[in-house]
Amino acid sequence: MTSRTVPTGWPGIPRKYVPVLVTAGLFVAMFVAGGIRYQGFATGQIVLNVFIDNAFLLVVAVGMTFVILAGGIDLSVGSVVALSTMITASLLNDGWNAYAVILLVLVIGGVLGLGMGAIIHYFEIQPFIVTLAGMFLARGLCYTIGTDSIPITNPTFTTFAQSAVPLGPDLWITPSVLIGAVVVLVAAYVLHYTRLGRTVYATGGSEQSALLMGLPVARTKIAVYTISGFCSALGGVLLSFYMLSGYGLHAVGMELDAIAAVVIGGTLLTGGTGYLFGTVLGVLVLGLIQTIISFEGTLSSWWTRIFIGVLLFVFIVLQRLIGTRRTGWPRLRSRRVPVPAAGADD
Amino acid sequence: MSRLLRHRLFWPFVILAGLLLLNLVFTDHFFTIEIKEGHLYGSLIDIARFGAPLILVSIGMTLVIATGGIDLSVGSVVAIAGALACLRISLLDDQSSTGGVLAAMALALGLSLVLGAWNGLLVAGAGIQPIIATLILMVAGRGLAQLITDGQIITINSAPYKVVGGGYWLTLPFGIIVVALVLAISAFLTRRLALGLLIESVGGNAEASRLAGIGAKGVLIMVYAFCGLCAGIAGLMISSNVSSADGNNAGLWIELDAILAVVIGGTSLSGGRFSLGGTVLGALIIQTLTTTIYSIGVPPETTLLFKALVVTIVCLLQSPAFREKVFHRRRRPVTAPPVAEKKVKVSL
Repeated sequence: MTSRTVPTGWPGIPRKYVPVLVTAGLFVAMFVAGGIRYQGFATGQIVLNVFIDNAFLLVVAVGMTFVILAGGIDLSVGSVVALSTMITASLLNDGWNAYAVILLVLVIGGVLGLGMGAIIHYFEIQPFIVTLAGMFLARGLCYTIGTDSIPITNPTFTTFAQSAVPLGPDLWITPSVLIGAVVVLVAAYVLHYTRLGRTVYATGGSEQSALLMGLPVARTKIAVYTISGFCSALGGVLLSFYMLSGYGLHAVGMELDAIAAVVIGGTLLTGGTGYLFGTVLGVLVLGLIQTIISFEGTLSSWWTRIFIGVLLFVFIVLQRLIGTRRTGWPRLRSRRVPVPAAGADD
Repeated sequence: MSRLLRHRLFWPFVILAGLLLLNLVFTDHFFTIEIKEGHLYGSLIDIARFGAPLILVSIGMTLVIATGGIDLSVGSVVAIAGALACLRISLLDDQSSTGGVLAAMALALGLSLVLGAWNGLLVAGAGIQPIIATLILMVAGRGLAQLITDGQIITINSAPYKVVGGGYWLTLPFGIIVVALVLAISAFLTRRLALGLLIESVGGNAEASRLAGIGAKGVLIMVYAFCGLCAGIAGLMISSNVSSADGNNAGLWIELDAILAVVIGGTSLSGGRFSLGGTVLGALIIQTLTTTIYSIGVPPETTLLFKALVVTIVCLLQSPAFREKVFHRRRRPVTAPPVAEKKVKVSL
């Protein structure tokens, strides 16, 4: 099938950019609507606050984007975030050096991801189940360390938490946002300009074809889960900056937020299609929903969940419509791996 | 012996037996079942009684997974059903009137059926991947449940409603009877009638089933609606057991436990095959594990660690790739996974 550039009415815009553009349009529309409705909403600091309050989610969602692009899913991210805050807090209380703790936590996250990736690939168990077990494991380890919230008083961490980076008149961000931005830029570079990134897209598009092309599928599949584990651990470190505590009940359900951000950002859950920039927009949209609900004041917090559900529905149907035009009619099963020709074994 | 070893429920059964034996060592009178005041009491009865909601949800989940789908929204449906039933009952003038309670329960079950059918419509009608289609309700459903309860925990005092989750009938806990009934009905429908064949055929290849003249969409919608209904009944049981509805925490993570139960029971997540007996076994393993952890005095904080361990062991034992690599046993051609999963080596 040739890649047609005649989309649903906007001439000249390739079809593949439509979901990301719609998300961007939605973000702008929400921002404008909020600015008209509430006083003091339409400022640059509101957008920056969304980044400040969601820097950890952004980093976690970046890792999730890698996994989903490669056709997998990682349910363990929220628990790994919680585990990271817990390890950080308890080691800092024992008097460890802050940077050594951060390094150790990042390594632990990466190793957890590596282990899950290896089990998924070598023992051919569904990612859903393996990362579910990983989720239980990480959450269980949290409670083994302690069932109470542990406050962080380490000077390095409090400095990170309380310092502000000025960006101009009345505009500021936290160091966490800078770290998040660096992660996004590095991840975008890896996805779009390196061999690993191309293999991630190829694996997600069709694992069988990627194998037949001689691409290192095993390495890639394990790598994406390692990246996701690493990003979750980094998200956990950022969350400890934000919360200044470690707690086993931190980040409950964050895997859902991360998946929702990736889907709203226009990445197909079947893998192979999507952009990291879309994920950033997805996180921004989720954050802006919370901001609007807090500005409204009368709406209760559970409306956040309902709005996110509605948004998910709209975006999934939108993707479906775009996909349907391409394939003719909706297929019941979205992915069937073709049977390789006989004799392809060597 | 080798036939027994090859039976697909062999390993789950060994795990369950092992857990029960562990209890025998650590707990006195674990297998004793006695009759007090005309009711059956005992640890085994407790496992079945507290496991009843999970078994119900897992039965519905089995059929959904057999069609190659998955339903993440059951936990939310559990919360919604419990919340709606408790709200209606709390609005009654006389909370103990059987008619009012039945009407409230019927309304809650009707809503669960509709929610399930909504999932089915998204999957079959709009052709959305099941995991995403049900993710919508999973995320929004918790919000809906809290909307119904207005963010509060609704507490009720209704004797007829209490029966559903905590009552006894014919010396047996009522929950066990409900589970047996649902299990019998679904086993009859799927194993004595052609329905099971249709479900497996849709799970094997939906497009081919459609071309073969099977109303694949109808089957899919029905299966998701049934799963919603099962979750609704489980929701009534859970809320009735504690006489209150908590939109935030009722049925939290039950979807994951149910999927685990199904997978432990030997039903493949790729669809096309299912085993109701295996699912019940899987759900019982999970419940026994929880009970065992409490009874042998392991701190409850580590429950999740044990769960992770057991899940990993059961899944690894069932994975053909793992058995081949670790036990150096060749895969048998009959039950080998479809060619699509086979590794292809490419020489350049």
